[in-house]
Amino acid sequence: MTKLLETQDLKAFYGDFQALFGVDIAVDEGETVAIIGANGAGKSTLLRSLTGLHPVPGQSIGFCGTAISGLAANRIHQLGLAMVPEGRRLFPSLSVEENLKIGASGRRKGPWSLDEVYRLFPALLERKRHGGSELSGGQQQMVAIGRALMSNPKLLLCDELSLGLAPKIVREIYAAVPLIRERGTSLVVIEQDIAQALKVADRVYCLQEGRVSLEGEPADLTRDEIAKAYLGTEEAA
Amino acid sequence: MEIATQRAPAIGSNPANYMLVAAALVCLVALVSAPLWAGRADLRMLMEALSFLALAQMWNLLAGYTGLISVGQQAFVGIGGYLFFALAMFGGIPVLAAMPIAALIAGLIAVPTGWLLFRLQGAYFAIGTWVVAEVFRLTAAQFPALGGGSGISLPVSVAKSIADTRAGREMVMYYIALFIALGAVLAVWLLLRSRWGLALNAIRDSETAAGSLGVRIRRIKFAVYVGTAIGTAFTGAFIFFQKLRITPDAAFSVTEWSAFVIFIVVIGGLGTIEGPILGVILFFLLRDIAADLGTIYLIGLGVVAIAVMLIDRRGIWGALKARGVPSLFKIQRHLK
Amino acid sequence: MEMINVILQGVLLGGLYALFAAGLSLMFGVMRFINIAHGDFIVVAAYLMLVAVLFLGLNPIIGILLVVVLMAAVGYAGQRILLNRVLDDDILPPVLVTFGLSIIIQNSLLETFSADSQRVPASGFDTASLSLSGDLAVGLLPLAMFLAAIGVIGVLQFVFYNTALGRLLRATSDDPEIVPLMGANNGHVFALATAIASGVVAIAGTMLAMKTNFDPTIGPSRLLFAFEAVIIGGMGNIWGTLAGGIILGVAQAIGAQIDAGYQILAGHLAFLAVLIVRPSGLFAKAKG
Repeated sequence: MTKLLETQDLKAFYGDFQALFGVDIAVDEGETVAIIGANGAGKSTLLRSLTGLHPVPGQSIGFCGTAISGLAANRIHQLGLAMVPEGRRLFPSLSVEENLKIGASGRRKGPWSLDEVYRLFPALLERKRHGGSELSGGQQQMVAIGRALMSNPKLLLCDELSLGLAPKIVREIYAAVPLIRERGTSLVVIEQDIAQALKVADRVYCLQEGRVSLEGEPADLTRDEIAKAYLGTEEAA
Repeated sequence: MEIATQRAPAIGSNPANYMLVAAALVCLVALVSAPLWAGRADLRMLMEALSFLALAQMWNLLAGYTGLISVGQQAFVGIGGYLFFALAMFGGIPVLAAMPIAALIAGLIAVPTGWLLFRLQGAYFAIGTWVVAEVFRLTAAQFPALGGGSGISLPVSVAKSIADTRAGREMVMYYIALFIALGAVLAVWLLLRSRWGLALNAIRDSETAAGSLGVRIRRIKFAVYVGTAIGTAFTGAFIFFQKLRITPDAAFSVTEWSAFVIFIVVIGGLGTIEGPILGVILFFLLRDIAADLGTIYLIGLGVVAIAVMLIDRRGIWGALKARGVPSLFKIQRHLK
Repeated sequence: MEMINVILQGVLLGGLYALFAAGLSLMFGVMRFINIAHGDFIVVAAYLMLVAVLFLGLNPIIGILLVVVLMAAVGYAGQRILLNRVLDDDILPPVLVTFGLSIIIQNSLLETFSADSQRVPASGFDTASLSLSGDLAVGLLPLAMFLAAIGVIGVLQFVFYNTALGRLLRATSDDPEIVPLMGANNGHVFALATAIASGVVAIAGTMLAMKTNFDPTIGPSRLLFAFEAVIIGGMGNIWGTLAGGIILGVAQAIGAQIDAGYQILAGHLAFLAVLIVRPSGLFAKAKG
């Protein structure tokens, strides 16, 4: 299998503050990878670094065999890496349909189109003229996912899909994940909801204080291992 | 990303520190004794430079510490000048009293203008200040008693009231200028060292702070706005006392009292007390060399200001400080 | 009758002010950027028109088109090369850079064209007038300008709400940080906004050149008129800006009727009155 995304010794800084201390992760084609970790473990920084929103030093990120660290975010996006940002971040003055259309600004070809997104999330079709702020949290999340899919990405990064949503809605949203994979898009999901993450992922990374503390397939990991990797050694001891 | 600046070492541990303090003292002695050694033209230039230093310190306090960018401080230069003329000519108030009174009235005027302008944010505030200055300029031109659009000269009797001889007058004027400039520097320094200083340093980037903190920040900003209006008007009163003539266009000139002042502060170093001092020195040196070039000089000034923003927006003093040059005016208070 | 005539002249003048304002408002809307040299750019367009019509002998319509294309191109390049480098949360750098540009432009124009007042002849068009009824008459040129202003604003409105470019501009206005995640380059979007704004500025400047006398120093007051029209009308509402321009124009016309010295002052006072009564503007769009 070819590596779609690979980081080697990825470090990230905010001024003097170091957020990532040499993170190595890899995503294979067709895979769904979950990244779990406590607040402040560096999950969001990792995603922001991958998308180019947060510049990182060195040549530490490879995507489809190209070094993408240092590229502008829109160039990385055009290579086929899309993101559903934390908090959805819909454009409030754009309607649902406009929010979706703008996701295709990079003009990448592929299976996803406006019709396909509406087929995936039928709730959006009836509300396509509505503004983003008139939607429920779950519908907003659907727009954010649809908007990212409109660029026909090879890899979709999802930041906290379940945050602030009722369990029923979370299940609805996650039901879309297999359908997205079927069309050839790999996923990286960041989740605080560990159970949900383990259910959907082929492989799991756990981040702790800017380092990978655990890696493996969900079936192989024990609760204790995860708890230790998640919370840190002193709490586990 | 840069590395946080190290705390400047205490005086005594660094020879550069001694040199800086020594140079400052030499300058101070030279300034105080200037009437003894400087010719008439030099003295006039020094007066002008000192006036600009005071204006620059005021603008620096406003923009560098509260983040309020004004391009309309000429409003208070002009108001100070016009009020001074009105008080001295029609109120019969002695010159030395008329200046501070004019400044205080300008402070009162700043309360409603500030109330109005604080409704605008950021860059809109900046242009709003300019509109207000224009309103005052156009209004000043509507007062026939003050010469209307063509302006008015200060009667010789008023000028003579401070000293009989021309040399005596110039000496008194010079010391007023020195008093204003040193007063402005000291006032800003003491303010920043006071308990308000810490708050001022903290609020620059917290425009959006909400709740009671937001209200307090607004009050501090407002107080600084009014305070700098008073200092600016005091300086304006002096400037036009020295010129002995005032016109609306000169009194409320955006180029003179905003563009030059802002360039001085920004080229020298915004948000430092040393920056405006350095900026004034450079500005007058440059002017001495290149003023004959007229418009070309002004174009050059614009280019330099843009270059500072592109190369290092901290200005010359800010860049020097980052390279380890110690501060002359210590502001950071040591935490106990 | 006299008063109606005055108000009518003010309304027509307001169209020009709305054009001044549209460019300023667009740039602020998309990138929270205020160009202090905005008025000076208008004057540059006026001088370019002067060169095109008087020195090159071009037809005024060709002249306008040429100036629009030229200004839009320069606007695009200037944004990418210079202004994008000073755009961030700190408002001082853009204010200072454009303040510097303002000084540079004014003095370069002085150096090139002298301080003499200029005017571009509009081949008789500028004196012709249309008699409405009795004493009431409107100049053809002011009327044409007013209609052109409405046309330009209509086109801007259409582009903004009905095209992919407009969508991108509105999205950038909402949340510029994540626009690159849509595959668009912020620097390019900003530059496109400036190019459009500069094109509008060019139309405004060429009209100014035909309507009144101008010299290198009149830029700053045009900036203030533009700014006042935006604030009176309410930010983010382009038809509000037209209304703001008209209110400003009428206030100035009435002021001028009282005394020539009150023309500009009356406009400023109208602006300050709106700031007291409704700081968010008369026709501000409610934020959702």
